[in-house]
Amino acid sequence: MAIMNPLIEIEDLSKLYQMGDETLKALDDVSLSVNKGDFVAIIGPSGSGKSTLMNMLGCLDVPSKGNYWLDGQKVNKMSDNQLAEIRNQKIGFIFQGFNLLPKLTAFENVELPLIYRKVPGKERKELALASLEKVGLADRVHHRPIELSGGQQQRVAVARALVGNPPILLADEPTGALDTKTGNEVLELMHHLNEQGHTIVLITHDLDIAKRAKRIIRIQDGKLFEDGGDFL
Amino acid sequence: MNITQGIKMAMSSILTNKLRAFLTMLGIIIGVSAVITLVSLGQGSTKQVTEQVQGLGSNLITVTITGRGSQTSLDYEDVMKLNEKSAIEAVAPVISQNVTVKHGNKNEDVSVEGTNAEYESVRDFHVQTGRFLLPIDVEYRQKVALIGTSTATDLFGLTDPVGQTVLINGNPFKIVGLLEEKGSSMGGSNDEKLLIPISTAERVFATKGVRNVYIQAKTPEEVDLAVSQLETELAKKFRGDEDSYRVFNQQDILESVESVTGIMTLMLSGIASISLLVGGIGIMNIMLVSVTERTREIGIRKAIGAKKRDILIQFLIESIVLSGIGGIFGIIVGIGGALLVGSITNIDVAFSLNVIWLAFGFSVIVGVFFGIFPANKAASLKPIEALRFE
Repeated sequence: MAIMNPLIEIEDLSKLYQMGDETLKALDDVSLSVNKGDFVAIIGPSGSGKSTLMNMLGCLDVPSKGNYWLDGQKVNKMSDNQLAEIRNQKIGFIFQGFNLLPKLTAFENVELPLIYRKVPGKERKELALASLEKVGLADRVHHRPIELSGGQQQRVAVARALVGNPPILLADEPTGALDTKTGNEVLELMHHLNEQGHTIVLITHDLDIAKRAKRIIRIQDGKLFEDGGDFL
Repeated sequence: MNITQGIKMAMSSILTNKLRAFLTMLGIIIGVSAVITLVSLGQGSTKQVTEQVQGLGSNLITVTITGRGSQTSLDYEDVMKLNEKSAIEAVAPVISQNVTVKHGNKNEDVSVEGTNAEYESVRDFHVQTGRFLLPIDVEYRQKVALIGTSTATDLFGLTDPVGQTVLINGNPFKIVGLLEEKGSSMGGSNDEKLLIPISTAERVFATKGVRNVYIQAKTPEEVDLAVSQLETELAKKFRGDEDSYRVFNQQDILESVESVTGIMTLMLSGIASISLLVGGIGIMNIMLVSVTERTREIGIRKAIGAKKRDILIQFLIESIVLSGIGGIFGIIVGIGGALLVGSITNIDVAFSLNVIWLAFGFSVIVGVFFGIFPANKAASLKPIEALRFE
């Protein structure tokens, strides 16, 4: 093991689904490690297992077998509540469909992770405002998602992912619901964040987007291939 | 997530769907207001009845003679001998008849009661002007009368009845006193009657013997002793035939009133619990719909770090806030309803803080009880499945 442990360390991880008599291997003995400061793109067609991998990395689901260390903690044997805490502390999610709460304002959406972290109100307010400022939405603080454009909504989602200062940002098709121009803006933002030291794992099916990452990993039929393989 | 945060979230979620929230609360509002209105009116009328019973006089015992064979009444002298018993303070025998009383060209049908001077203390019934009957009136069969307020107004209008003369069965009687206003109590109005000396009444009504006796015990503690002394004496008079007389005491009447209201309260609580139960099911129903509608929200919250407990508390608080607000509205509507019905029907209203607290507490408990199942359902959702929900 190196002096500095990788942020993400996956070892012989499998996820099996029982479909009637057949067993489907969504992930087949995969291993992966991601270091601090990395910008990794995971690329694969639909049905390749990339959503399953995303759920594993994001601690939203537990593997059938194998080990997973996240920031030095072994997470594959944790209870639901412990996983919730890991998600809260270690991971910032950016989803394809933004997944903002429609009844809450941008500010309220951004402060939500801090509420579950039991951060006191005053500090919460400062952090949420700072995070919104970072993504350039300081003037849209009290708007509801419906009053914002798609790009602005995704930037609120980025602000929400950033607010708790998690070691990893996990982006699942972050530009999938956006047009090319705003999609580019969001990617620019992510680049910028990576330069500032945030570790980013981006999941996409689009090679042009994947190419903007430092490192590309291809996934097909539940197996991982380093450096893109046939795609490049 | 702390409780204040939870209440804030619950309030904002309730406020986004005001009509639905109101309709959901309606069951609780109706239940709580029904309890408060009915119990307040029930307690008010109980208080009224109790006051009327107590208005008959203090430590009062009533003896009614129904008779045995040819002996259908007691002699006045025998009745007055009851006064010698240790627990008995005073004895007021009564002979009464409904007769027509005339003054000038006015006729009134009223109850005329022949009694003695003790009546004043036994029945706690005094004159406001003039004088009460005196022992001497009884002794000399004086043709004097006391008049009740309503009858006085009917016969004399605004003129002072004291000193006037009325005809009872054709016999002239001088009014010597105007009775105080007492309202009605058990056994009819106290203000529509005339009181005359018992000896005079025996003459005028051409009857002999007493069938009704009011007796006052010395102290409330001695009421039971007085009753047993009376029963011993009466049993001797009627040779052990217990059907020839009846002895009531005020305590018995109060107890029977209380047992009736006890049953009433029990029935009301039953009805109230049923309506609160129905309201609770309504809350559970709406909460289940809400959990389904907000599956995606729950998924997002879980993805960003909400624990099972956080989601459980959020939905539980929402259900408690719904039922609690329903309870508060119910209290307001219930108090308003009781005052309204009370003023329309002239029934006294007695609000009991205990009942109000109980109704409110019950509505909150309904919220907890019927909120647990939906809240638990929400909290147990798997984050990936909830996120995938459209």
